[in-house]
Amino acid sequence: MSDIFIDGKYIAATKNPEKLINIIKEKRRRGEIPNEVNVTYLKHIDALKILTDSGRLRRPLIIVEDGKPKLTKEHLEKIRKNKLTWTDLINQGIIEYLDAEEEENAYIALNENDITKEHTHLEIDPLVILGISTSFAPFIEFNRGDRVNYGAKMIGQAIGIYALNYLKRVDTKTNIMIYPQNPLVKTHMYDILNYENHPSGQNITIAVMSFEGYNMEDAIIINKSSIERGLLWSYLFRTYEAEEKRYMGGQEDIIGIPDPGVKGYQGEDAYKHLDEDGIASPETKLKSDEVVIGKVSPLRFLGSLDQFITGLENIRETSVKIRHGEEGIVDRVFLTEGQEGSKLVKVVLRDLKRPEIGDKLASRHGQKGVIGLILPQEEMPFSENGVVPDLIFNPHGIPSRMTIGQLLEILTGKIAALEGKQIDGSGFHSTPEKKLREILESYGFRNDGKETLYNGRTGERFESQIFIGNIFYQKLDHLVSNKLHSRSKGPVTLLTKQPTEGKSKKGGLRLGEMEKDCLIAHGASLVLKERFSSDKAKVPICKDCGLVAIHDRIKNKKYCPICGGTNIVDVEMSYAFKLLLDELKSMLIYPKIVPKED
Amino acid sequence: MSEKSQIDYELPKKILEEINNIAKTKKLSATQKNKLKERIIKEYEKNSFEPGEALGIIAAQSISEPATQMTMRTYHFVGTAGIQVTLGLPRLIEIFDAKKEPSRVVMTLYLNKKFNTKEKSEKVAQKITEKKLRNYIETISLDLTAKKIKVKLKKLKKSEIKDIIEIVKKKFKNYKIKYLKDTISVSLKKDSSIKDLQKLKKKLLEVHIAGIPTVKNVIVIKQNNDWLIKASGFNFKEILKFDEIDKTRSYTNNIYEVMGVLGIEAARNVIIKEIKDTLEQQGLDIDDRYIKLVTDMMTFTGEIKPIGRYGVAGMKSSVLVRAGFEETVKHLVKASVTNEVDDFSSLFDNVMVNQQIPAGTGMFELIAKMNEK
Repeated sequence: MSDIFIDGKYIAATKNPEKLINIIKEKRRRGEIPNEVNVTYLKHIDALKILTDSGRLRRPLIIVEDGKPKLTKEHLEKIRKNKLTWTDLINQGIIEYLDAEEEENAYIALNENDITKEHTHLEIDPLVILGISTSFAPFIEFNRGDRVNYGAKMIGQAIGIYALNYLKRVDTKTNIMIYPQNPLVKTHMYDILNYENHPSGQNITIAVMSFEGYNMEDAIIINKSSIERGLLWSYLFRTYEAEEKRYMGGQEDIIGIPDPGVKGYQGEDAYKHLDEDGIASPETKLKSDEVVIGKVSPLRFLGSLDQFITGLENIRETSVKIRHGEEGIVDRVFLTEGQEGSKLVKVVLRDLKRPEIGDKLASRHGQKGVIGLILPQEEMPFSENGVVPDLIFNPHGIPSRMTIGQLLEILTGKIAALEGKQIDGSGFHSTPEKKLREILESYGFRNDGKETLYNGRTGERFESQIFIGNIFYQKLDHLVSNKLHSRSKGPVTLLTKQPTEGKSKKGGLRLGEMEKDCLIAHGASLVLKERFSSDKAKVPICKDCGLVAIHDRIKNKKYCPICGGTNIVDVEMSYAFKLLLDELKSMLIYPKIVPKED
Repeated sequence: MSEKSQIDYELPKKILEEINNIAKTKKLSATQKNKLKERIIKEYEKNSFEPGEALGIIAAQSISEPATQMTMRTYHFVGTAGIQVTLGLPRLIEIFDAKKEPSRVVMTLYLNKKFNTKEKSEKVAQKITEKKLRNYIETISLDLTAKKIKVKLKKLKKSEIKDIIEIVKKKFKNYKIKYLKDTISVSLKKDSSIKDLQKLKKKLLEVHIAGIPTVKNVIVIKQNNDWLIKASGFNFKEILKFDEIDKTRSYTNNIYEVMGVLGIEAARNVIIKEIKDTLEQQGLDIDDRYIKLVTDMMTFTGEIKPIGRYGVAGMKSSVLVRAGFEETVKHLVKASVTNEVDDFSSLFDNVMVNQQIPAGTGMFELIAKMNEK
């Protein structure tokens, strides 16, 4: 007797589970039972499970009966003529949805040719296993699984045109590529998603070779003239906003050039870019930490008497400044109303980002790299026809990663460029390599895509033939200019007196736990002491009770507030430790310090 | 040169022995031998650490840096006979954490000369394998209305069936047990629920019949003229009681069991071997001395201590160091209650208060004070 469960609840037992399953499936396909019901027989625990609840992942498959798929050519013809819809196919019992449990009992063929008598289902198409961004890469079936994954991740980071109305939008931060292109080698997904309306990369000429060591370890050498022609340029748009907020007591912020005398006034020079309305006008060039929108606000904490003083003393400057480390040109200014009808100003800054050393580029095959050298065109290698590559990619990136799809894309890209039309490279449906080679040969090229290249500096021929072709490349949203940062001295946090953290706060770079261990391992005790002295403090300590004493600088007297002693020494320690002592005291733990005599 | 002889280096016994051996076989003269000794002393001196060197940190770094490379590379031996052992980083962590129950315990049992044949070793393997009632069952069915469990046994010898029934009877004294030929039926009280019935079924299936408890996955392998048995389980002590097993060579990778049965020194050797094997398997080469230093720290107290807050790190003398590692509040409160003193003699507390650390260049201070004028 096998147990029967509906949604995990035991309801009955049966002697013939197989027969019952067949009846349920039959009825479901005929529409007598809702098609959301899935049924499965688990042999190892001898249980039949019927699942009807929500939240199960299900996927459609073509039903196969007696070795023949139920979906026939007639059906396809009808679909083409719009006489048959997807729901019709489900209602007619041609396609059904299986969940993970029922899949365990199914035997699914990947292709129509593989079908045997035992098969129960047929995959609609092998490429349904791919998601949206995974489907963007051509020749995907030639790449190793992990590379497919990396590639899909990086496609999401590519700079392109994310929406055609970007000029009317005020997103906080967006990247827009200036001359994006449709890829020479596309897949089915590009048509489905109307990719030509929001492309995110460019077709470039690539040479697979090493060159002077500047493309070691995944670095990329890029042609300077290509950049000057506009290769991979992009804009960074950043929106700054200010609102005239209203506060209790009828006070409000004022957008405008602050008057001298206001608390925190930065001097006349700081507001030179602002118009009369306190907003920088379009096409003004602004640098890091300069004022974009001038604004003053009432003081936050008002004393009992201060409320009635309406002079300048009660107003502080709260202008909006360009983020630290960024710059740009005012692109557009929006003046609108906030939620409570207050004045709202949004200024969009534009910054041109040309490719520079350190920018991250990637193909669609999980092959990322950082620009390592920008080489003038004269020094780049050139081919017999005078073709100069835009980019030199290191061949060492290929063998260990096994991205054959990339090589095929270069080859196909070359053909597409010669033919002047896009070629389809959808996963599991791409043109076979043999055919590609034949086409390339018909254009008078070597069938393996290799060409004789000459050294741009000496004019000498390179001894080996070099693989050269066209490929779709993406510029990823990891630009050095947004990340470059350094600090010598700067702000500290209030609580611990240690340097702040993070680029936007002019923070320091942390010498962490493991780095500290390195200094100890080298025995560099004084270097270590100096590195960690960013918060050093001289703390007066009472020798009698071992607690922190007071140094009265007016009377120039040192005394202990606890025991009243005057036997006091200055001890140098980190401020963070002094803080720890304070916290211990607040927890009623007495941390007695015993200074060493010397 | 004359001053040099004043420092009389005591070379380790083993090295001295080796020098003597070489001198004998190569027939060196006394001066030649002295020269050799001098060179060796020089080399020895060069290789010994200097005062103030932070050995612990160097050992930690020397082990943990290669360990970071281990994560990705885990090779699986598909199809090979043997028991799956935890490998790579997970195993290394398991060893250093001195887990009481490692995820995969493997005993490698060698056999005495008399039993070193295929047939006999297989017999021993059969003997030690744990057998539960579920291994002897053909079908088990529940009677929900009569609240009964019917167990039909496989075709066995009559004496075996009798033994099994005896064991079941002994184990389930409180239940009504009937048996007929090869079927046993256990009945519950009429008012008990189906849940109880299911529970009883599980209990019934797990009844221990023969062999040594927890010993599973027993495999016989031939290795270099030796038939050996590999098995997983936690009962090394019981297994060593068997006459067939060679007690001098048999091995288990369960550190605690080795400590319990063979003592702490054996456990230390097992830890060293396990760490070395794990690293070697990944193609990493770490100097023995780093591993030995860590292992000594783990075992010198006479029991196995993990590298962590309940073990080595928890033994540190300085309050601030312990508080700075884990469970800050616990250590601070305990220290305040027991009036503990931190004399700032170790490294991390000095880093904490930004003082010179007593290691490396900060190890030494001037003893004599120069005349201040």
